[in-house]
Amino acid sequence: MKEILLIKNGEIALKGLNRSTFEDVLVKNIRRRLKSLGNFSFQKAQSTIYITPQEDDIDLDEACERLKKVFGIAAFSRALVVEKDFDSIKNGVLDYLSEILSDAKTFKVNAKRSDKKFPMTSPEITRELGGFILSNFHHIKVDVHEPEVIVTAEVRDFAAYVSAKKIEGAGGMPVGSSGKATLLVSGGIDSPVAGYMMAKRGLELSAVHFVSPPYTSDRARQKVETLCEELCDYCGKISFYCVPFTKLQEAIKENCPEELFTIIMRRLMMKIAQKIAANIDSGALITGESVAQVASQTLPAIACTDAVCDIPVFRPVIGMDKAEIIKIAKKIGTFETSILPYDDCCTVFTPKHPKTKPKLDYVERSEALFDFDPLIEEAVQNTECVLIRPNH
Amino acid sequence: MARHNFLFFITILEVWTLIYLDNSSTTKVCKPSIDASVACMSQHFGNPSSLHKMGLDAENIVTEAKKTLAKALGCDASNILFTSGATESNNTAVLGGIAANWRNGERIVTSGQEHASVVEPLEHLRGQGYEIISVHPREDGHFSADDFIDAVDENTVMVCCMFVNNETGAILPVSQIIKGVRKKNKKTLIHIDAVQGFGKLPLKISTVDADFISMSGHKIYAPKGIGALYIKKGTKFKPLLFGGGQQLGQRVGTESVPLIAGFSAAVSMCMENMSRYTAHYAELYEYLKSKLLEIPDVSINSPDDGVKYILNLSVKGIRSEIMLHFLEQEEIYVSSGSACSKGARSHVLSSLGLSEQRIDTAIRISFCYETTQNDLDVFVARLKQGIDSLIKTK
Repeated sequence: MKEILLIKNGEIALKGLNRSTFEDVLVKNIRRRLKSLGNFSFQKAQSTIYITPQEDDIDLDEACERLKKVFGIAAFSRALVVEKDFDSIKNGVLDYLSEILSDAKTFKVNAKRSDKKFPMTSPEITRELGGFILSNFHHIKVDVHEPEVIVTAEVRDFAAYVSAKKIEGAGGMPVGSSGKATLLVSGGIDSPVAGYMMAKRGLELSAVHFVSPPYTSDRARQKVETLCEELCDYCGKISFYCVPFTKLQEAIKENCPEELFTIIMRRLMMKIAQKIAANIDSGALITGESVAQVASQTLPAIACTDAVCDIPVFRPVIGMDKAEIIKIAKKIGTFETSILPYDDCCTVFTPKHPKTKPKLDYVERSEALFDFDPLIEEAVQNTECVLIRPNH
Repeated sequence: MARHNFLFFITILEVWTLIYLDNSSTTKVCKPSIDASVACMSQHFGNPSSLHKMGLDAENIVTEAKKTLAKALGCDASNILFTSGATESNNTAVLGGIAANWRNGERIVTSGQEHASVVEPLEHLRGQGYEIISVHPREDGHFSADDFIDAVDENTVMVCCMFVNNETGAILPVSQIIKGVRKKNKKTLIHIDAVQGFGKLPLKISTVDADFISMSGHKIYAPKGIGALYIKKGTKFKPLLFGGGQQLGQRVGTESVPLIAGFSAAVSMCMENMSRYTAHYAELYEYLKSKLLEIPDVSINSPDDGVKYILNLSVKGIRSEIMLHFLEQEEIYVSSGSACSKGARSHVLSSLGLSEQRIDTAIRISFCYETTQNDLDVFVARLKQGIDSLIKTK
């Protein structure tokens, strides 16, 4: 019994002449994600990618789990490969789908014949196969509107395929097909979700994290690396940049008004992230900010932060409630890690009364009280980079 | 060869530069303990329950280890039960003791400073309808035996009290408590959590005649994963686990012979050297205390008459974790409050009536027999550096 995975492209199918470029990126991503499970061959035809296992003992259950997390796939199915004759198709349905059909109450058949040399037409296959199923599974009924099971029989150039279960994919665009962006990740709930959402739009991620030892601990950094590792299941590999931020925070604390601590800190973070992004050809920054969530995320505060940015800053969770963000965090598996109670550098020196409506000129004047540039350069110079890969 | 020498040098250097002052969290396993454990893994690896010679060999090791612990406590080897550690010992004593003696009442008296492995089983019992009475220290920070005894009535089924507090090093008056409680209610069970005292302070059944005494291996230079419970002869309890009948069915599961042997070796070392170690700790303690008192921002949270191997102090304005990580940068390891409860405010220091600011800035220093005066000099110097350079957030 030979099984195959059939991938239905999502949005890529709507692309014009450059569609195959997008498909190539998707195939590359899938190939990378499945590599550790064994050898597969890949074929593209008619908006479908055919993935055929080249070894007998490949764990296809695990392959399906991994495919569910690959952006650019709208849906996929696991199908049985049979000879291109109707008896083989019937036997295939009996062998391969008997359990699903036994458990279901209603079904319909969906036949497709792209190999026009096949003697039966699609409606004929549908009719005959439907009758065959009814005569073998007496409890089941046909429901063409809302069937529990859709039995698909496809007759294509090389073989025929029988399948029943369409598995929903992660949607979106293949990671890497839209360019690169840099995620500012703190360790909270929001930033991993923001990264996930932008990766879904095809951006390849790198991550920047700020550490302030001894005010923050190795555990806090490790937590963020774990979060990135969890994101990797969706985003593929992530270059993780860890910026030593202690001196800058101490300098802000010593030299600038307390009420502006967070705003100035965020501006410096943006400046550093931007420099790192420039070095790696990354075209945008991503943050997990959500309007009005905390003092530094009011409209005036965001405006002050944005004033130092020359590249686009994406904030995909900007209009979301905490509960909505948590829902996604739970879905993608980052929530449990995010709530581990380690201080990150954003929470260490939080002022008692932060300015919620900072004026840009006041912020700029306060920031000018100290020459941060040498420390910014030093921080960028001493940034450590680790490549984080999916955990398999 | 040259490379070997170089690596050896590096290893020695690492050992030299590392200053571990968190011995009440756990200790480095001592050489006799490692040797004993390894011998059981590589040579005496039989199952104590096997009928053959190798089984007997392993059984003898377990029997000998029980004798070693019994000798340390001044009791019979049959009173000793090996467990997976203090948490299991405490759970067995509290839950197992209550399960077998529930007819004797619904009140349980305990100190307000117990370890989580006593507090949580007690909370579980509270949920089942037991009345848990917490005795708190008096204004001077000391516990009075009378307060425990007064709280015991005819309906009191158990008294749970620790011997040495893990955060401050305070010694609780367990001997007087036991005598008073026994006089007041013969049926009341008494459990002593002696994890921070066993092997370091004299602890004999003749003066501490409890029903249960919990002990831990890794606090006294044995590996993690091994502990023991003393059970007074005739004291009834229900085991937590059921299975193959090992240790007379009181604690089933194949005995971890390597860990038991390691525990026994460590206990032997501690008992043989107790007076020497005690004198060493006293010297270190007085030295450190005098150095600390010279620093204006430091206050001592440990009582004067506590053990001399634990010193709890607060550094004005600098949160415990920040100072801990600052010291860690120079390979100096200390504890913030109790290592078991990351992030939570210490209930022990709270019960002493210390201010929030002082609790949040507390760090605990705890010695081992290898700690030197030089270690403390390095620690104090770095602490001062921290006080001068770290930003005050508290």
